Amino acid sequence: MNPVNNENVLEVQGIAMSFGGLMALSNLNFQVKRGIIKGIIGPNGAGKTTLFNIITGSFPPTNGTIRFKDRPIEHLKAYKIAERGISRTFQTIELFGNMTVLENIMLGCHTRIRPSFLASGFKFPQSGRKEKQILERGMRILKFIGLNDKFNHLAENLPLGEQKMVEIGRALASEPELICLDEPAAGLNETETHLASSLIKAINAKGITVLLVEHDMRVIMNISDEIVVINYGQKIAEGSPEEIQNNPRVIEAYLGSEA
Amino acid sequence: METISFAGQLFQYLITGLTVGSIYAMVAVGFNIIYNVTDIINFAQGEFVMLGGLIMVFFHVAVGLPLILAFPSTVILVTAVGILIDRLAIRPIRRPSVLTLIIATIALSILIKGAAMFIWGKDPYDLPAFSGRNPINFIGAVIQPQYFWVFGFLVFIAVALTFFFDRTIIGKAMSACADNPDAASLVGIDVKRMVLLSFALSAAIGAIAGIVITPISLMEYDRGAMLAVKGFGAAILGGLGSFPGAIIGGLILGSIESFGAGLVHSGYKDAFALIVLMAVLFFKPSGILGDIEISKIKRF
Amino acid sequence: MLRIAKLPIAIFAVLIILFPWVAREIPAIDHYTDIMVFVGIYCLITLGLCILMGYAGQISIGHAAFFGIGAYVSAILTVRFGINPWACMLIGTAVSSAVAVLVGAPSLKLKGHYLAMATLAFGIVIFIIFNEEIEWTGGPDGMSGIPGLSLFGFAFDSAEKYYYLVWSFVILAFIFTINIIQSGTGRALRAIHASEPAAGAMGVNISKYKIIVFVYSAVLASLAGSLYAHYLNFINPSTFDLFFSIKLVIMIALGGMHNLWGAIIGSGIITFLSYEWLHYFEEFEVIVYGAILLLVTVFLPNGLVGVPGIVKGWFRR
Repeated sequence: MNPVNNENVLEVQGIAMSFGGLMALSNLNFQVKRGIIKGIIGPNGAGKTTLFNIITGSFPPTNGTIRFKDRPIEHLKAYKIAERGISRTFQTIELFGNMTVLENIMLGCHTRIRPSFLASGFKFPQSGRKEKQILERGMRILKFIGLNDKFNHLAENLPLGEQKMVEIGRALASEPELICLDEPAAGLNETETHLASSLIKAINAKGITVLLVEHDMRVIMNISDEIVVINYGQKIAEGSPEEIQNNPRVIEAYLGSEA
Repeated sequence: METISFAGQLFQYLITGLTVGSIYAMVAVGFNIIYNVTDIINFAQGEFVMLGGLIMVFFHVAVGLPLILAFPSTVILVTAVGILIDRLAIRPIRRPSVLTLIIATIALSILIKGAAMFIWGKDPYDLPAFSGRNPINFIGAVIQPQYFWVFGFLVFIAVALTFFFDRTIIGKAMSACADNPDAASLVGIDVKRMVLLSFALSAAIGAIAGIVITPISLMEYDRGAMLAVKGFGAAILGGLGSFPGAIIGGLILGSIESFGAGLVHSGYKDAFALIVLMAVLFFKPSGILGDIEISKIKRF
Repeated sequence: MLRIAKLPIAIFAVLIILFPWVAREIPAIDHYTDIMVFVGIYCLITLGLCILMGYAGQISIGHAAFFGIGAYVSAILTVRFGINPWACMLIGTAVSSAVAVLVGAPSLKLKGHYLAMATLAFGIVIFIIFNEEIEWTGGPDGMSGIPGLSLFGFAFDSAEKYYYLVWSFVILAFIFTINIIQSGTGRALRAIHASEPAAGAMGVNISKYKIIVFVYSAVLASLAGSLYAHYLNFINPSTFDLFFSIKLVIMIALGGMHNLWGAIIGSGIITFLSYEWLHYFEEFEVIVYGAILLLVTVFLPNGLVGVPGIVKGWFRR
């Protein structure tokens, strides 16, 4: 665990989202302190991915504000939010399948180079230098996620576990301050899950704040510093993993429907 | 005849527009049938109309079959073309992406157009009107009896499709495919057969449209593309996938075109419908009916 | 990594330079230089279309419009206002860019069928305008008397001279486009093609890139149009109809739109088919085009440039 100060990197204030009258999220409030791993859990359809989509700018919320480093971002488009320093992975893998692993990671560096069309076309020296820089950075990141020997493989040809790693690597490449991981362990076997957990911890150790949606309770309880529980689009609990595990409302939300 | 009142003139534009609009509506319904089952926009949809008209001319005028025989023969033949299209061109595509399907149906469209030019040449063909050409004068407008056949067949298609989708097993199976193909195949519906059927059905409707419009506007080999674009405009206007929307969209589009050509500039007749199409795509791609309930009704 | 080898480009450039000398010596093909001028003109358009459709994954079935805008701006400004042809060419690209932004900004928000239909409708509307604005465009009869091009007193007044002019444009456009594809811009375009949500989340300004590449393809088509008008000295609307837009799609589909060489190969084959090899078919050539397009879509999804890959696949088995 990193030394935690009280500065909030992300503040979710009164977020509501309705799709054609259907309330996916209502009046959601929570904060994320800088440098922690914050887990978000909740039963299927609780609104976790919707929340991620709003934070990262896929669509604006119906109501409420999201502040990142004290500036509102809920009205910004996805690419602007990425430029501000939030990065993400997707629940259903959204790799660029027709591009190599290295190219996927290099695309992650896009916010840092923002190539201009004319500079690219005329091959201005500065664009070549930038390309070289991000190529080197891409290889470093591949080493970090342990896939440097597969840099030249097409992303779509990798097994699922490695695809998930590449997605995380790509998200890291933009040097984010906050990284949103949407079910990084879904579909992974025991070993891969273990690898993913240690990778997330290693990312956090670099000082990057992590927002984590995950169904695998062992993962989330092991690595999260704090957890928010969402059910039916509303926050029903927030606290440390121990507090959450013993919270009667959480137990009811997870078991109540089956009992 | 020179003293047609302005009101009569407007009424004439409206009647003409609604007639042409009925044809656009039929093309739009054809688009929707295939789109709902397969998510494919069949750019060759207009060619069914062209084939319907020209094959009908062949059976009725050249061969001399009576109307009552020539009509079904034509529909059956065009339906067969629809089936061939699915079997020979759509199904064999191994990696069907939106782009490949668009290109494939465009290829079919020019192939059919070329074949029609090969068979019939470039001249337009006439077809005798079903019940003569003695116009009816009504509030200053001249109404051809054939107009009533056009409206009649539009109503017939609407009623028949309603019955088909609501009351028959096959129709219900097709609706199920449209709503959720995975679930449909899980419960044992042969999705491939439904796709084939959708092409057949939409070809048949296209053929009917071609047969009933030819006595009014003649038919020639290269009319398909424009009919397809305008029919698509009608489908988009009413909300892609919605049958009532297609009919309302077709009638509106036909009227806009007719009034535009009559009141603004006849040379830009074809442009009006296309500009409406572009405007709808740019500003309200969900269709003008947008959030109104009717556009959400996929069936009649 | 996506690298386009330099050697084939160099060989290709040499072949292009040598071609007229060879053609001149062989009577059977001495008019091929003239056809190659048109190949070059169409290559300019398909290079842009290739990066728009094959790399960025957008669809346009209306690029005849930009080709026509270039041609008509050149024709109208030279014939009616006596403006210098090179200036007209530049003005043409400016007009095309403006139209591309106006049409592209709302169109490119659309996907798949919607985008295809919007561009198709746009192409037909422009075609109708060429036909109807008779006092400007001459209507269906077209415009004649468009001056040729000359530079510092050197007139490009023969097929061979014009050939070198056109192919210089093509080679420059080819290199520029390759640079785009191999750069961060090209990566961003391919990312948009593969997954818009992911590209956006990684900071790619999707609508900006789409519009830029659309404008680029429009500029190339417009340049091609100007070159066409100044070469033939005569234009009429039928050159810029819907079928020409489709023919452009056939060119890149046949060659292979995921590869810039595909644009060149496809333009070459289709142009020679329509100017030379399909004379026998007369107007029924449309059947041949339809058949080619359908067969390519079903059997060669990567076009002719994908054939070596398929053959390799057979041997591996």
